[in-house]
Amino acid sequence: MWNRRKEEEFSPKPASAPPTPSSLAKEGIPMSTLPGRINEPHEPRGGSAVLGKSVIVKGQIFSREDLTIDGEVEGTVELQEHRLTVGPNGKVVAGIKAREIVVLGTIHGNVETTDKIHIRKDAKLVGDIRTARVEIEDGAYFKGNIDIVRAEVKPAPAPKPQPVASAPAPAPVTQTAAAGGGDLKR
Amino acid sequence: MTILDMAGASQSTVSFVTGFHHRLYSGDFLHQLDACFGESGDFFENQTHPGKVERFLEATLAFEDGTFDGALVWDTLQFLSPTLLETVVQRLHRVLRPGSCMLAFFHSEEKVETIPTYSFRIFDHHNIALVERGRRAPAQFFNNRSLEKLFQDYQSVKFFLTRDHLREVIVRR
Repeated sequence: MWNRRKEEEFSPKPASAPPTPSSLAKEGIPMSTLPGRINEPHEPRGGSAVLGKSVIVKGQIFSREDLTIDGEVEGTVELQEHRLTVGPNGKVVAGIKAREIVVLGTIHGNVETTDKIHIRKDAKLVGDIRTARVEIEDGAYFKGNIDIVRAEVKPAPAPKPQPVASAPAPAPVTQTAAAGGGDLKR
Repeated sequence: MTILDMAGASQSTVSFVTGFHHRLYSGDFLHQLDACFGESGDFFENQTHPGKVERFLEATLAFEDGTFDGALVWDTLQFLSPTLLETVVQRLHRVLRPGSCMLAFFHSEEKVETIPTYSFRIFDHHNIALVERGRRAPAQFFNNRSLEKLFQDYQSVKFFLTRDHLREVIVRR
């Protein structure tokens, strides 16, 4: 029924390789209008890990990158050199240690940061805070101790003593007994 | 030093107190009053319920004796029924160190049904900002004599009349 030409028309054509930027550049197509590649792996925006709002974690969390929690966490959370963001749906019942914490949801537990903690409007934090800086927006709810720990300023090293040209040492005085046993005058 | 702030955390007060390298304990006293006694029934009648009173004290003043070197009570005591007020004042006496001071405000107008409640923010040594949060009925009105009687177990009580019909009271433990 179908002649070959029509079969050829309907046969799937092999997907051609997408034009390379260099080939398109030769045709004068600006790079900014090029469509994005389809098959590239998706990377999370901002380079931080995310626990979505349907995720529930009970236990210890250690992270070596920024972390956003929008679900529920119970236990401990530790991000020594990174930022923790508790999203608006986030509920954390845990002790937390991080470089920086931004709270938009709820935290029940003691928190410790080396840099700062920011409690946004409508956020809730119940627990003690130990930090270098704290920012509390109007409308935020906080209950607990605030302990500001400022980084110790190391005293400047004492200047090394400069070598001073020394005066010539006085010539040693030698005492010699005079012949005949006379007394020496001092 | 460790200071008790019963008005809820505000950035300016936190910055002021911690700027002196003091610790600050912050808790919203009025918020806890509503949570413990305001859910159902009469607000002041609920303050006579032993179980609710115990829950309230546990949530607000569960500290060891002599924990604080000062207390910023602000206007919160006006909304406590007489029995609960006496209990809270005794509890404050316990948690404050001898010689420490407590700052409180009481509305001085007596012929009003409701009085404003404020968010108090310390900016510096000379300035406190009062941001009105709403209005609510006080449990009772106070004059100098009733305040002297209320704080009779304390070392001294001083009164100052300020603007906006407020009586500022500084009590020494």
